[in-house]
Formats: sequence, C-alpha cells, structure tokens
Amino acid sequence: MVQTFGAFNQDTLESQEYLKMRFSPSSAPLQQRWKNNGVSADFLADYIITFFPNDENDPILSEKEAELKGAVSYIANELLENAMKFNMNTSLFPVKLEFMLYSDHVTLSVSNSLVSENVPEFQSFISELLNTEPQELYIRQIKQAEEDNLNTSGLGLLTMIDDYNADLSWTFESHLKNKAELPTHKGFISSFFKTVLSLLPHQSNISTLTVVTTTVQLSI
Amino acid sequence: MEKVTDEYSIKYDTTTSTIVWKGIMRLNGKEYDPITALLNEVIALEPTLLTFNLQELKALNSSGITLLGRFIYSIRHKKNIQLLIQGSQNLAWQKKSIKNFQRLLPNLLLEWQ
Repeated sequence: MVQTFGAFNQDTLESQEYLKMRFSPSSAPLQQRWKNNGVSADFLADYIITFFPNDENDPILSEKEAELKGAVSYIANELLENAMKFNMNTSLFPVKLEFMLYSDHVTLSVSNSLVSENVPEFQSFISELLNTEPQELYIRQIKQAEEDNLNTSGLGLLTMIDDYNADLSWTFESHLKNKAELPTHKGFISSFFKTVLSLLPHQSNISTLTVVTTTVQLSI
Repeated sequence: MEKVTDEYSIKYDTTTSTIVWKGIMRLNGKEYDPITALLNEVIALEPTLLTFNLQELKALNSSGITLLGRFIYSIRHKKNIQLLIQGSQNLAWQKKSIKNFQRLLPNLLLEWQ
C-alpha cells in the first residue's frame, strides 16, 4: 500500500543530472557515524553548486549561490539526521539520499525504513505541519520543548518550509518485515522463507515495516 | 566557562558578558546537554546585558536551533537580563533563523555584521 502526503512531486521523468547516495545504517553505532550526516550534506551542497555559473564578479549571482549552498547543506543534513534517527536498523533497506536537478528546481529526497507502529505518529505530525501556519507552529513547538524539557521539537521539517520556502512531500510504502530482512546472499534460505511466507494466510500477524520517502523541492 | 571541541567552541567572556560561538554544531540530541548546562551557569550570574556572538557559527542543526530557541524563550521572564545577538548576513542559516528568535523574545536586540 502506498500513501502520499503534501505537494506531491509532479516530476514524471527522472532528471539526467542526479546524485544518489546509499548508507548501510547497521554497520556502526549511530553516534559513531553521526558526523557522516554533515559530511555528506556538505559534499552534496558543494556538488550542486558546480551546475551553476560561477561568476565572482556578479555579487547577485554569488549571493544566490551561497544561499542555495547553505539551504542544501542545512536541508540535506536535517533529512539525513531524521532518517538515521528513525531508521529501522534491523531491516535490510538502505538509507538513500538523492539529489535531482531540473530546469527551475532541485529536489532532495531521503528514504528510510520505519517500524510500521511508528507511522501514525509521524503522519499526524505531517498533517499538523501541512495544516498549521508555520510561524504559529514554530512558537508552539519551542514552547512545548521548553515545557517538556525536550532536545527535539520537529523543527527540522518546519524550518525547511518556513525559512527556506521548500515544498515537502512524503510517500509511505508498507512491506512485509520478514521479506525485507531476508539476507539476499543466502539464496536457498531466502527462497525457502519466501515459500513459507507465500503459504501463510493473507491476514497473518507478520509485522510490517514502512519505507518513508521525504522529498524536498527548492526553487532555483 | 567554555566547551571546546575540534568542530566547535563556545566560550564565555566574563568581562564583556559575551558567549562567543564558533564552528559547526550539528550534535545529536543529548549531546547538547553540556551546552544547556553552560547557558544555565551564565544565567545564574545574572548579567544585565548578555551577548551571543554567533558571527563565526557557520552551521547549526535544528536541534541546536531548538536549544537556542528554548533558551531565548526561557529568559522572557528575567526582566533584569537583556539579550543581544550578533549575527552575520554572510551565513544563510542566520539570515533565515534569527528572525524567528525575535518572535520568541520581542525585546531581543539584534546586531548584523
């Protein structure tokens, strides 16, 4: 089942200019690889800038470039931090970060797997994000974080909309957890489990995982 | 009162009541706790004019923005403390995010480089 939220991405064709990165989140503890988020985001921001004319004598163009670079570095880092924090590390789905360049916009999207039980909470935050005036939500989230003594406030996605005028959209795709966790290199065992799975009744208690993709569109 | 790492530094200068923030801060949630503790120590000194110099703070993630936002919101009841933020127009995140801080504390003073 696929569910979509937000200004759903209208790009029907993949751009010819893109960069895709994949991360294997279970290979080291989160804290140890936390710095990779910023390193990857800054790399992506530097990479994107090479597609734009570089004229140091044109202050307006230089300022526009600096703004785009700052926006991409901030947004890509936030997307990766969220994906790494909420990713279901026991699943074999990699965390993916993709950049695409179009004639008048760029898209940044990140995919990660989530335990399906956590999906409703995330979707209700998305509808709050899409249906509340951003500045009102900003103040509400900070007050809430202060009252409840929280380090997080959901400000990452909100600041993309409020500060960077980005359009956000999401897709949620549910998968059978067991299927996703089958090691692909163990062909025999994999096909054995697939057979077992196919024999199970449709309404069984197999828990599912959901792959969520967050896409951020920025005008250029 | 200071916290210095390879990526960032935060130093409180008692003579000018200024906290100078430098570098790149993209910490993970609870890693910000020592910084909250440092801010609370500074507040306990009750400086009449407290300055945050952010001009060399090149990047701050949303958890860091939350930390600053919470601090700014929390001092609105402390009528004896005036907060001044010195920012840089050359850093995209500051141009975007600092204006929101004024909504949390309307008498916040801003100074742009």
